[in-house]
Amino acid sequence: MPAERLLPTQEAEDLIALVKEIARDELKPHAADAEENEKFPREAFRLLGRSGLLGLPYPEEFGGGEQPYEVYLQALEEVASAWMTVAVGLSVHVMSCYGLATFGTREQQDRWLPEMLEGELLGGYALSEVQAGSDPAAMSTRAVRQGDEYVVNGTKAWITHAGAADFYTLMARTSPDAGRGISCFLAPGETEGLTAATPERKMGLTGSITAQLQFDDVRFGTDRLIGNEGDGLKIALSALDSGRLGIAACAVGLAQAALDEAVAYAKTRTQFGRPIIEFQGLEFLLADMAAAVESARATYLQAARRRDRGLPFRQQASIAKLIATDAAMKVTTDAVQVLGGAGYTRDFPVERYMREAKVLQIFEGTNQIQRLVIGRGLR
Amino acid sequence: MNIVVLVKQVPDTWSERKLTDADHTLDRESADAVLDEINERAVEEALQLQEAHGGEVTVIAMGPDRATDAIRKALSMGADKAIHVSDEALHGSDVLATAKVLAKAIGTVENVDLVIAGNEATDGRAGAVPAILAELLGLPQVTQLRKVTVEGTTIKGERETDEGVAFLEASLPAVVSVTEKINEPRYPSFKGIMAAKKKPVSTVTVADLGIDASEVGLSGAYTQVLEAAPKPPRSAGQRVEDGGDGGSKIAEFLVGQKLI
Ligand SMILES: Cc1cc2nc3c(=O)[nH]c(=O)nc-3n(C[C@@H](O)[C@H](O)[C@H](O)COP(=O)(O)OP(=O)(O)OC[C@H]3O[C@@H](n4cnc5c(N)ncnc54)[C@H](O)[C@@H]3O)c2cc1C
Ligand SMILES: Cc1cc2nc3c(=O)[nH]c(=O)nc-3n(C[C@H](O)[C@H](O)[C@H](O)COP(=O)(O)OP(=O)(O)OC[C@H]3O[C@@H](n4cnc5c(N)ncnc54)[C@H](O)[C@@H]3O)c2cc1C
Repeated sequence: MPAERLLPTQEAEDLIALVKEIARDELKPHAADAEENEKFPREAFRLLGRSGLLGLPYPEEFGGGEQPYEVYLQALEEVASAWMTVAVGLSVHVMSCYGLATFGTREQQDRWLPEMLEGELLGGYALSEVQAGSDPAAMSTRAVRQGDEYVVNGTKAWITHAGAADFYTLMARTSPDAGRGISCFLAPGETEGLTAATPERKMGLTGSITAQLQFDDVRFGTDRLIGNEGDGLKIALSALDSGRLGIAACAVGLAQAALDEAVAYAKTRTQFGRPIIEFQGLEFLLADMAAAVESARATYLQAARRRDRGLPFRQQASIAKLIATDAAMKVTTDAVQVLGGAGYTRDFPVERYMREAKVLQIFEGTNQIQRLVIGRGLR
Repeated sequence: MNIVVLVKQVPDTWSERKLTDADHTLDRESADAVLDEINERAVEEALQLQEAHGGEVTVIAMGPDRATDAIRKALSMGADKAIHVSDEALHGSDVLATAKVLAKAIGTVENVDLVIAGNEATDGRAGAVPAILAELLGLPQVTQLRKVTVEGTTIKGERETDEGVAFLEASLPAVVSVTEKINEPRYPSFKGIMAAKKKPVSTVTVADLGIDASEVGLSGAYTQVLEAAPKPPRSAGQRVEDGGDGGSKIAEFLVGQKLI
C-alpha cells in the first residue's frame, strides 16, 4: 500500500503525481544496478532539475517552486522510496542552497540563486572535517582574506557530491575564535586548487559520492562570503535544522519502500500451507512496521508545519530526525526478517534498504547529537 | 499551425481494471485514472510541431468530471487551452457517438490545421475514433503513424503495420493518429504544473454542442454489451522435454504463436 497523503493544494497533488511518475519510471528501475556498481546518477539529478524539483521550497522569484516544507518533504519522501542516493542528493542540494537563499544579499541571490534552483546544477555542503564531525566548531580549514579575495586551505571530509558538485556551501575558519570564527561561503565547484579524493568505500548508499575535498590555495572573490564573517556556524546549524527534516523524510520514504516489499512478499509466500501474512506472529511484525512508518511521517510533518508557519522548529526537527531514522533502521531490518533467506540476498532490495538506513542515523548530526539538541531545548 | 489533440482519461494500466456489474461499462471508480499514455505522445507530437511551426495547441477530452486531471496533465506538459465535454448523458457512448461529439467540439475551435489522436485507447481499444472522426469532418485521415512531418500545407507520415511501412501524404487540414513509437513524451515540469492552473479550460455539455442527448450515451449506442466475464487466470506454461529435439519443439511453439 503506497502512502496516502493529505495534501493542501491541487498543485501539490499534481506535483506528487509527477514525482511518483518520475520515481517509478526513471529512478527505481536503475537503483539496484547503479548501487551495485557504485555509479553516481548525475543524469537523474539533471532530470530533477529540468522538472523543477531541485528548488521546491524556495521563492518563485528566484526560480524555486515556492512550496511549503510540508509538500517539499513529501515529494522528497517519494524519491526516497524509489532511490535513496537520489533523495539524499536532492536533500543535500536543497540544503546547499539554503545559506544563499536565507542569508545572502539581494545582489548575491540575483546573481547565483536562479541557476542553483531552476537549472541543472548540483550542490554540495562542506562542513565536516576529519577532526571535526560531531563538533564542527573544531574545524581547521582556513579562509584568509587577501585584498578582494579569500584564499582557502584545508581538507573537508565526508562531503556528499565531492568532485561532482557545481558549487559548495563551504564553512571555513576566518579567525581562531572557536564558534564565532567560522564563515560561510558559496564556493565554485571547479576551480584551481580544489580537488576531491577517491570516494569512501561505504556500506550503503554506494551510488552516492562521499569524499574528502581538498583546498590548496583556492581563491575566490569576497563577494562569495554569505552573511558576515563569523556567521558561518550559525548559518550551518540553521541549514541543518531544515536539512534534518529532509533526512527524516528520506528515512520515512525508505521505510515505506521496505514495508511495501515486506507486505507484498508476505502475501504471496506460503509456508505450512498458508500465506505467511496469515500467521499472527508475522502479521504483528508487519503491523509494528506500519505503525513506525506512519508515526514517523506524522512526526516530520508536524515539525514541517511549524517551520511553514514561522514557528521555532529546531527541537522538533531533531526529534523527527531521531524518530524517523531509528524507525527506518528497525523497519528495514524487520523487512529482511519478513523475507527470510530471500531478504538476505541481493536478489531482493531489502538488504540494501537496511544498509542504506544505517547512514541516516549518522549524518547531519548523529542520533546522539539529536538527543543533545532535544535535551538543550528542555533546559 | 493550430493543432487539436484528442486526449482520453483511462484507468491506469498499473492498477486493476474491471467492468461494472450494472451496465458492463468500465468501472471508472475502481482504478486510478490517468491521461492515456498514447495521448501523452499525441500531446508531445503536437508540442514538437508547435515548436517548429508556431500556432496554438488545444486539447479536447470527453469524459466525466475527473477527466480534468488528464486535461491538466496535458496543459502542464505545455498545451495552451482545453475543452472538456462533460455530460451525464455521455455515459456508455459508443465509438460513433464519441466521434460525433468530438467532431462538434473540434468545430468550436477556430482555424484547425491538424487533429492528433492516439491510434487506440488503452481501455476501449476500438482503434476507430480517429477514422470515424475524419469521415464526419470530411478531412483526410492519416492514421497509425510512427513519424509525422509537416511541410507547408502538406503532412507526411510513416504508417507501420505488420506488413511493412507505408509513406503517406495528405494536405492540411487533416486528422492523424499516432502509435506508441512516435516519440518519448516529456515530463511536465513543476513550472508547467503552476502555469496549467491559469490556462483556459471551457467545460461544455452535449446541448452546448448542439447534439441531442438521445443520440449519445448507452441509449444511443448501436451495440450493447450483454454479458461480461473476467479473463481466466493465466494457465501454466507448456513444458518441453528435451529428448534431442527440444530446439525444434521450441521453434514449432514459437511459429504457432506467430512469434517467428
Ligand atoms: C467495457 C467497454 C465496452 C464497450 N462497448 C462498446 C460497444 O458495445 N460498442 C461500441 O461502439 N463501443 C463500445 N465501447 C467503446 C466506447 O465506449 C469507447 O471507449 C469510446 O467510444 C471511445 O473509443 P475508444 O476509446 O476505444 O477509442 P479509440 O478509437 O481506441 O481511441 C483512439 C483515440 O481517439 C481519441 N479519443 C477516444 N475517445 C476519446 C474521448 N472520450 N475524449 C477525447 N479523445 C478520445 C483519443 O485520441 C484516442 O487515443 C466500450 C468500451 C468499454 C470500455
Ligand atoms: C555517507 C555520509 C555522507 C556525509 N555527507 C556529509 C556532507 O555532505 N557534508 C558534511 O559536512 N558532512 C557529511 N557527512 C559527515 C557526517 O555529518 C559526520 O560523519 C557526522 O556528523 C558524525 O561525525 P564523525 O563521523 O566525525 O563522528 P564522531 O563525531 O567522531 O562521532 C563518533 C561517535 O561518537 C558519538 N558522539 C560524538 N560526540 C558526542 C557527544 N557529545 N555525546 C554523545 N555522543 C557523542 C557520535 O554520536 C558517534 O556515535 C557525511 C557522512 C557520511 C557517512
